[in-house]
Amino acid sequence: MTWTAEKPIVALENVRKSFGTLEVLKGISIDVMKGEVICIIGPSGSGKSTLIRCINGLNDIQGGSIFVQGQEVHGANLNKLELRKKVGMVFQQYNLFPHKTALQNVMMAPLKVLKENKADVESRARQLIKKVRLEGKEDSYPGELSGGQQQRVAIARSLAMKPEVMLFDEVTAALDPETVKEVLVTIRELAEDGMTCILVTHEMGFAREVADHIYFTDRGVIVEHGPPKTFFDDAQDPRTKEFLGQIL
Amino acid sequence: MKQVSGINTPLKGGMAVLRPFDIKAHSPDGYIFTRWLAALPWWTPIIMLAIIGIYPTFASAQSGLPIFDAFDALWRWMPFLFFSGFLFNVLISFWSLLIGTLAGVALGLGQISPFGPLRAFSWFTTQLFRNSPWLVILFIVLLALPFEFTLFGQTIRVPDWMKGVFGLSLPIMANISEIVRGAVQSVPTAQWEAAESLAFTRRQILWQIILPQCFKRMLPPWMNWYAILTMATPLCSLLGIEEIITLSRQAMESEDNQPELLVPFYGFALLLFFVYCYPIARLTMRLERHYAVKL
Repeated sequence: MTWTAEKPIVALENVRKSFGTLEVLKGISIDVMKGEVICIIGPSGSGKSTLIRCINGLNDIQGGSIFVQGQEVHGANLNKLELRKKVGMVFQQYNLFPHKTALQNVMMAPLKVLKENKADVESRARQLIKKVRLEGKEDSYPGELSGGQQQRVAIARSLAMKPEVMLFDEVTAALDPETVKEVLVTIRELAEDGMTCILVTHEMGFAREVADHIYFTDRGVIVEHGPPKTFFDDAQDPRTKEFLGQIL
Repeated sequence: MKQVSGINTPLKGGMAVLRPFDIKAHSPDGYIFTRWLAALPWWTPIIMLAIIGIYPTFASAQSGLPIFDAFDALWRWMPFLFFSGFLFNVLISFWSLLIGTLAGVALGLGQISPFGPLRAFSWFTTQLFRNSPWLVILFIVLLALPFEFTLFGQTIRVPDWMKGVFGLSLPIMANISEIVRGAVQSVPTAQWEAAESLAFTRRQILWQIILPQCFKRMLPPWMNWYAILTMATPLCSLLGIEEIITLSRQAMESEDNQPELLVPFYGFALLLFFVYCYPIARLTMRLERHYAVKL
């Protein structure tokens, strides 16, 4: 199946996932078009992180299918490395490589995985660090950076691979309130540049502002979804209402 | 805060809370020997020298021989014992460490291999050599290895000291294997996932991201095993390898086996081992503390 721009860049269909006997995803279907920003929200334990980790193959699935640019993620002839070059991921705990500087963290994958020319990679890495507003921190080690700064390095590191889709797994959940904003600003700019983003987040204000589409999950199913305005102002399902009532 | 006699961990808080028994906290760590050695005061060799100096006086009082004879004999033998004896022990320790480390790293990586049979083999080999007495391993190697073998029509004799090296490198290999396995598994799996998401292959992740992080963690236990290994090289004297203990015995025999020679000669060997291993032990414990804080 060849992929064209009119088709969804990420297509989840009836995805099922269990850990042992515990079924955490009970048939999830989501279509994401190129350039779209999708926010997945929901109470903790509703399978949001599991869902996002399935998209780049960190988790396997028990049923349904996931296609990224026409490539089936859990198919038999999947080229995992090709998939992961297309899909960038940022984690809650940043997971920078502690023995490398910020610049080296950003440069490592393009150098070793894409085997690109060092000078090109370095100039791109410096631009990315500038883009996430960390100029002057190129030679700092992760241990010397704040959580927010580390998270922005992690975003730059992912972008250095020139991905088609970016996955954000509760990237602000471990941050101090005052550093949350700087990370969100970075993500918003990314979204404005036309990057396809799938975010799992608890930042409702942010979701409302940047998302094109919001999905609300609870106990492994999508309860309700829609554009932010309808979703937040005109929720239909009682579970959604209850959740939003607690949060807003 | 109340202390329970015989228990040296302070009781935290006033309440008696029964925590689950933490077997790791109560089992001896790998540093027992090095910690003990590093805890000795720096003037230990002076005390040793004093004992070595005083002993012949007592011995000669019993045998009636002149006191200075023992030191005179030691003085004459000293260069030989040091250059032909002790340096040979050091050489054996170097070779054993080199072979043990190379084989140990390979075995340790085998223990975390995704390939089941290799993992099982590596685990079994590691446990076998880690838990066998060193002397037994040495004798088995000595008796099981051929005296000579033929390679491309050339007959090569295997010298005994090489067998000693090989025998000592086996337990070192097993312990290095455990160090590597433990260090790799101590790196959070999140590091693997982050690297996987960046399209690194398993091999790249291991060699470029995980092992470089482990290096600092592996250094102190590796040095710890080097000190233990060096102290164990005199075991080779039981195989007839001409290292310092064998040569000391031969030297004493040629000095008519006078009893007052025993302490000066063996004491000299002990002193050399102490002077060599003590700085290693101190450095090991310092690095261990340093890295323990940092990580």
